[in-house]
Amino acid sequence: MSVDTAPRPVEQAPAPRGRRARLMGRAPQDTPAGLGTYLLLAVTILFSVFPLYWMFVIATSDDEALAKIPPAVVPGNQFLVNLEEVFSLQDVFFAAGLINSFIVSTVVTASVLFFCSLAGFAFAKLRFKGSGWLMLFVVLTLTVPNQLGIVALYIVMGKLGWNGTLLAVIAPGLVTAFGVFYMRQFIVNSVPDELVESARVDGATTMRIYWSMVLPAIRPALAVLGLLTFVATWNDFQWPLITLSGTDFPTSMVAISDLASGNYVIYRRVLAGAFVATIPLLVMLFVGGRQIVRGIMEGAVKS
Amino acid sequence: MSTTRAAPPSPRSAPERGTGGSGADERRLTWRNRLYRFDMRYMPYLMIAPFFLLFAVFGLFPLLFNGVVSLRNYELDDPTLPYWAGFDNFARLAGDEDFWNALYNTFGIFLLSSLPQLLLALVLASLLNRRLRAQTWWRVGILLPYVTPIVASTMVFSVFFSRDFGMANWLLGPFGGGDAPIDWRADKLHSWIAVATMVNWKWIGYNALLYLAAMQSIPRDVYEAAAIDGAGPWKQLWRITVPMIQPVVVFTVVLSTIGGLQLFTEPMLFDLNAQAATGGPNGEWQTIAQLIYKVGWKDLNLGYAAAMSWALFLIILVVAGINTWLTSRLSGGRK
Repeated sequence: MSVDTAPRPVEQAPAPRGRRARLMGRAPQDTPAGLGTYLLLAVTILFSVFPLYWMFVIATSDDEALAKIPPAVVPGNQFLVNLEEVFSLQDVFFAAGLINSFIVSTVVTASVLFFCSLAGFAFAKLRFKGSGWLMLFVVLTLTVPNQLGIVALYIVMGKLGWNGTLLAVIAPGLVTAFGVFYMRQFIVNSVPDELVESARVDGATTMRIYWSMVLPAIRPALAVLGLLTFVATWNDFQWPLITLSGTDFPTSMVAISDLASGNYVIYRRVLAGAFVATIPLLVMLFVGGRQIVRGIMEGAVKS
Repeated sequence: MSTTRAAPPSPRSAPERGTGGSGADERRLTWRNRLYRFDMRYMPYLMIAPFFLLFAVFGLFPLLFNGVVSLRNYELDDPTLPYWAGFDNFARLAGDEDFWNALYNTFGIFLLSSLPQLLLALVLASLLNRRLRAQTWWRVGILLPYVTPIVASTMVFSVFFSRDFGMANWLLGPFGGGDAPIDWRADKLHSWIAVATMVNWKWIGYNALLYLAAMQSIPRDVYEAAAIDGAGPWKQLWRITVPMIQPVVVFTVVLSTIGGLQLFTEPMLFDLNAQAATGGPNGEWQTIAQLIYKVGWKDLNLGYAAAMSWALFLIILVVAGINTWLTSRLSGGRK
């Protein structure tokens, strides 16, 4: 049933027969995957991909394709037509949405990387009074769902006069407790204490050490945190909807929800827009998938 | 409080200014010394200050201020009401049918999404926890749903679950029994299943990676010991792997409780009339987060919405606590 390609470990005791018996006692991660495992994984991937593929099918189809039984499963040739409609709609501002999403996600990501690595460095390598308590506070806030303060946040933004502007979307994302936590964990292990000390002996200031020693050493962690932050910010919906809907410059997610509102929803348009707004993330997953996987898995072991 | 410091030479023993012995050279030394002391003593606080300031203003303060707002009459369209409402908002909550309905829906969808989600993630993780060819690509592949915007995937599922030409009904056709197609937006159970499907699709791969990370840190000799007892792969998963990764299981249960009870985007956009935020013609699948949005920004009663947020906060705390306890019990981990 299975195709074993890897060399088998030497067996000691008189082994019972059969594959299952042969594999007993080996940790799963040392056991070569059988055909069944590959098949099940392939099915899982199929389930992951299909909605995205089908999004593309509908985005490239005309209205008739959607009203067919059995449903269309082959892309049509109407993508550009649908796209043009999306971009030229009077009251949706899809192009502005894409640009805004880029601005918001880029600014938030840059800020999270800078401020969180700065604080993470301080917590990991510098001694100061109260650092233990302050770090505990950071860890505790990890679990606080700050969406629950959304009503008050709206009022705060109102007092600042920021509602309906990108500032309202950017400001709450500028730092994250997870970022500080993740950076601290990484810096503790990847920047040797002796290196910091010897730089001090040479008269380097703390900022100098951060800039020319810490930052280069934590590049992999910056990539991971940057990718995760960008994806999360790009996909954020509830708060941007609250503060930006009804304005001329929504984020792309709010613009898609505008496409989908009204008495009669034209799905080929909605999904053409949705597909375009998904492309940047697919590119990121393709290019930085390894880092994203690593970030999620490292986060799990450490917490 | 300072760490090992070798340089610059500390001139603290030297006479400070005023006592005589000045001169430009020494003044420069003092200045450098001050800079050094500032750097050692205060720089760390300056470095963590941006995080704490920004978090205080846009994270912590709104959360606390929310409590104040919930005690007020904060109706955007009626400024004539008295400033304070006392506990009126909370009293109203107790008798509000919409609130209890939304709570019921939220729990229903939460059960239908979190349980299958975490179980399937466990199975998927144990599949990935083998020696695989191209293992990175499998891992990246299952993350496709995680990076896909919920807004986008919800619109796809919205078409998928449409009554007349939806793919779900077409697929179910041979098994569906009756001729009438299922109207996924007409009753609670079907709409809950549809919304839960979206949540499951999004999060199974992500949770599987969390489990996989924990599984790979289980010491190998544990499995050797298990082989003596003759445990097969399935037994191995439930008797050894799951108890060994219990902390991560608890962690994912807490995460999915916090996320699941705040579900917003999926139920919002599954609605054909999304802007109303009613979650179906009769609130079939309206969640609490959605109701908060409707009360606050459609009915313009921010005070009442704030009270609801507080109620939701307490509910999340309690449910997360119960789930943590339950999970630790059921997964039988190390004590």
